[in-house]
Amino acid sequence: MAETPRHTALVRVTHWLTALCFFALLVSGLEIVVSHPRFYWGETGNVLTPALFSLPIPASRGTVPTGYGYVLPDQNGWSRYLHFQAAWLLVLTGALYVAWSAVSGHFRRDLLPERDAARDAASYNALQRLTYLVVIFVLFPLVIWTGLAMSPAFVSALPSTATLAGGRQSARTLHFVLALSLVAFLVIHVAMVWLAGFRRHVTAMITGASPRQEGA
Amino acid sequence: MSAISRRTMLTRGLAAAAGLSGLAAAARIADRYGLVPPDGGGIYGPGETMTYAAHRLVTRHSLAREFDRSQISPQPFANETSPPSDHFKRLEADGFKDWRLSVEGLVARPASLSVDDVKRFPARRQITEIACEEGWSYIAEWIGTPLVDVLNAAGILPQARYVVYFSIQKGWWDSVDMADALHPQTLIAHAMNGGDLPVAFGGPLRLRVPRQLGYKSVKYINRLVVTDSLKGFGKGLGSGSAGAGYAWYAGI
Repeated sequence: MAETPRHTALVRVTHWLTALCFFALLVSGLEIVVSHPRFYWGETGNVLTPALFSLPIPASRGTVPTGYGYVLPDQNGWSRYLHFQAAWLLVLTGALYVAWSAVSGHFRRDLLPERDAARDAASYNALQRLTYLVVIFVLFPLVIWTGLAMSPAFVSALPSTATLAGGRQSARTLHFVLALSLVAFLVIHVAMVWLAGFRRHVTAMITGASPRQEGA
Repeated sequence: MSAISRRTMLTRGLAAAAGLSGLAAAARIADRYGLVPPDGGGIYGPGETMTYAAHRLVTRHSLAREFDRSQISPQPFANETSPPSDHFKRLEADGFKDWRLSVEGLVARPASLSVDDVKRFPARRQITEIACEEGWSYIAEWIGTPLVDVLNAAGILPQARYVVYFSIQKGWWDSVDMADALHPQTLIAHAMNGGDLPVAFGGPLRLRVPRQLGYKSVKYINRLVVTDSLKGFGKGLGSGSAGAGYAWYAGI
């Protein structure tokens, strides 16, 4: 490998660990939501109180009025275990990525919007850079915060985690909306990779090879 | 792509060995300080152990949020429970006069308490939120005897590590570590929102553990066992719900 890799080994490893954890969090999160597909605003909310909105899906609990004549199987046991295991791995992976990127200059070099349009064309454009920064420094921290705001033990040590979010149920609703916006990012991200040349760019993220070596 | 040199191999091998022995040492230290939950084995063990250990380091003495009277939910949701047994119905018909809560295990003076015996202890009133693992929640005022007072009256032996609590309903039991058992907000609740604790909400006696999710607040408790090990209880995972796939520690 003669030239500098397109992505360094640390970026490649943390990228795929993040992808794996995100997939696990998404599947387990959806399973957990299915047990109560109603959302509220404020501190409390249950089937006896009006919902802010509900998802038009069947539930895995008979106590939730969904309009469907059947109840899905309860998958919350393993889903909750997997959700927290994946959350820990993602937080540790993210911490490693952010610490390394700050020290190595990855943020400054590759993610802060570039003034020089020529260099811009060689990697990401300003909109892409901004999107990555928002995902890393806004969406992920907010989704972690709103997750912690639902923990009765964590909130006992740091009550403002829940009160600043507007209450426990607000935190749960925000957690869901933030997860949806991360899914929206994922869809756009994969679509852009597809348009730019799926095989070459995925290869680059696996081996580090420059996607512009062939054909570009 | 150049072959990996012998030096690189050696360095990587040493780093891996150091990493593994570091993890093993961390696991031993965590176990010695009681930071490994009873369901800390298996594929989800690492995540559970990290959560439990982190919470025990940060929240050992912290108090669950208490709310204003104005925040009490006008419509608390009782959730469904299996239909009561005939035995329970007879006890209920009698106003729970013959209900007994036994205190057993690693205590100097085992006891068998009636509901009135429990009510004779100084009551603690607290307005806290109960949150179900499904996502819903409500706020209520809970009135009860702190578990720590009942345990102290029975005389906890120094080896105690967990308190196991059983519902009168078969197969419904759970346990907490001593941090939660001795916590001032962990109540043997006998009243709620100004009246006796309704049966739907766990009456006559329910253990309220406000720093954990609702499923740790087992309804209809009739037996407390202080123990140094959870191995002899069910599958050894610390609760009936852990046996069914739910995490033992639910402070999340």
